[in-house]
Amino acid sequence: MTQLPDEHGRFGRFGGRYVPETLMNALIELESAYRKYENDAQFLAEIDYLLKQYAGRETPLYYAERLSRHLGDAKIYLKREDLNHTGAHKINNAIGQAVLAKRMGKKKVIAETGAGQHGVATATVAALMGLECKVFMGEEDIRRQQLNVFRMQMLGAEVVPVTSGTATLKDACNEALRYWVSHVEDTFYILGSATGPHPYPMMVRNFQRVIGDETRRQILEIEGRLPDVIVAAVGGGSNSIGMFYPFLQDEDVALIGVEAAGKGMDTPYHAATMNKGSHGVFQGSLSYLLQDEYGQVQPAHSISAGLDYPGVGPEHAYLKDLNRAQYVPATDQEALDALELLCRTEGIIPALESSHAIAHVVKIAPTLTKDDIVVICLSGRGDKDMESIMSYKKGGKQA
Amino acid sequence: MNLMDQTFQQLKLQHETALIPFITVGDPDLDITVDIIKQLEAAGADMVELGVPYSDPLADGPVIQRASQRALQHHVNIEVVIETAQKARNAGVKMPFILFTYFNPVLQMGLSRFFTALHKGDISGVIIPDLPIEESEEVRELADAANVHLVPLVAPTSNDRISHILSKARGFVYCVSSLGVTGERASFFSGVEEFIQTVKERTDLPVAIGFGISSGEQVARFSKICDGVVVGSAIVRQIEANIPLLLDAKRREEGLLQIKQFVSQLKQ
Repeated sequence: MTQLPDEHGRFGRFGGRYVPETLMNALIELESAYRKYENDAQFLAEIDYLLKQYAGRETPLYYAERLSRHLGDAKIYLKREDLNHTGAHKINNAIGQAVLAKRMGKKKVIAETGAGQHGVATATVAALMGLECKVFMGEEDIRRQQLNVFRMQMLGAEVVPVTSGTATLKDACNEALRYWVSHVEDTFYILGSATGPHPYPMMVRNFQRVIGDETRRQILEIEGRLPDVIVAAVGGGSNSIGMFYPFLQDEDVALIGVEAAGKGMDTPYHAATMNKGSHGVFQGSLSYLLQDEYGQVQPAHSISAGLDYPGVGPEHAYLKDLNRAQYVPATDQEALDALELLCRTEGIIPALESSHAIAHVVKIAPTLTKDDIVVICLSGRGDKDMESIMSYKKGGKQA
Repeated sequence: MNLMDQTFQQLKLQHETALIPFITVGDPDLDITVDIIKQLEAAGADMVELGVPYSDPLADGPVIQRASQRALQHHVNIEVVIETAQKARNAGVKMPFILFTYFNPVLQMGLSRFFTALHKGDISGVIIPDLPIEESEEVRELADAANVHLVPLVAPTSNDRISHILSKARGFVYCVSSLGVTGERASFFSGVEEFIQTVKERTDLPVAIGFGISSGEQVARFSKICDGVVVGSAIVRQIEANIPLLLDAKRREEGLLQIKQFVSQLKQ
């Protein structure tokens, strides 16, 4: 299970490389560069150094005592990815890929972004390493994440508005891929989620597994044993796969991914790819997908721009079909309630994405006992979401 | 051997290059598509690429993206595209049909059902731009069994992949003229002639070029070295520009004539 993907970039039947021929050699070159460096001591040392001294790792595994007491008997820990530089787990992967881009001699990087967190992380590392940076972002997301747009611009990146399709994350990915096809010879695509064609799902997971590796070490130090349940939000699935991966072999650790149920699972306005989708090829890989019976991709909805995506990383699809991880929904309203709960009990404002994970723990808390240990991946901080939440509260409608 | 092979053979005897227009089926609506196909043939097209509209056309530029969105309003799917081709055939169109579709709609239809439908619908070839050689084995086997050619794309960046791709090629080899998505462009990548020469030296199949070819001058340039030239976005743009005429029953003929004239001058 931990040896995957295979040499074809497959996790079981999922994954692969479904891209235009123009990109194939670039992906093969990327894979061989990554393979060359993944065990290279200097490469790893450079990434380690930046994660520690620049991004501020390791992040704490914080025992949320008041939240725990409020919800019942179980002990709830928060993996504080929100305390990373730039405010989310996205920086882990952006650092890894940017260091790789430099090793490959690329001077230009591009990225897609939904909520703006990956865009900000990429703009940040591009500034740090002197790389030219373009970030593709849907017009709809530009509207609801103004602050992150400005942050990227401050950092010297060009934000390219995407108007095609639904003008959200999926279209930003399409446009980044189209741009990459045209500029493949000198441009490195820093893909932000554990999605896309091989080797991205593998590479992003490996750059994000630091979340799970640290959590494992920390919980053993604090509690002397592994947790019973680990919960993380799933959009494309990068924080969750990074958290889950080091625990895949620990069968007693339940892994729960929480996806966005938007306005409800019985409405068309959700992003519950695993629960409502079916197998399909989208943006380079075979996975679960929200689509109609003719294979047209259906628009997703979530109050959280980072989860507003109709696809999901192929390794998650594999873990779902294997029953190794469980994927459950949480609605916009449940996420908002969870966000407020964490604010009031712990003085931590979580990102709307991460709030979905908290919302699920609120639901299962009554079934847990005082012997249970739960870890929530708090993938990002919520400052970026304040405007969305204000307008949601005012209008009671989508942000 | 199917209609596509016969057409290329015939053209070779006449020392001619195939003009292969691309249109998105259902843009601006299905009846008009049948009329447009007739006009394309009358204007000198030798075969036609029929595009299945898709929600996320990764290999396409803005012109074909817009056409896709217009066609999707009419709920056009693969079966509808094949029915439309049959209507054109019944209306007297003789040239071979090539289906252009992204992979996911094929996957959702089911591979065997897809190829049975193509075979029954007299479709000679299929182009799937997001299905590279590594992922295409099962598809190709079913295509072969249905006597439908799975036409591969070769890109300027294919380099050491070219031989592998050519070893599995069927029908013809579709060379991508430049780095990038579909759409008109003034210049092609600098080594394009050498690139085509390299491909031609390594295959006995006809070699066609596409992506970005939009003028009679460009068609003439590539006709000297290729067996086929694909023109897509430039024609789709003509259709787009003539939508007001095409949708007006009284002026439809006028709109169709504009498209016909554009395609005719490509072949001069």
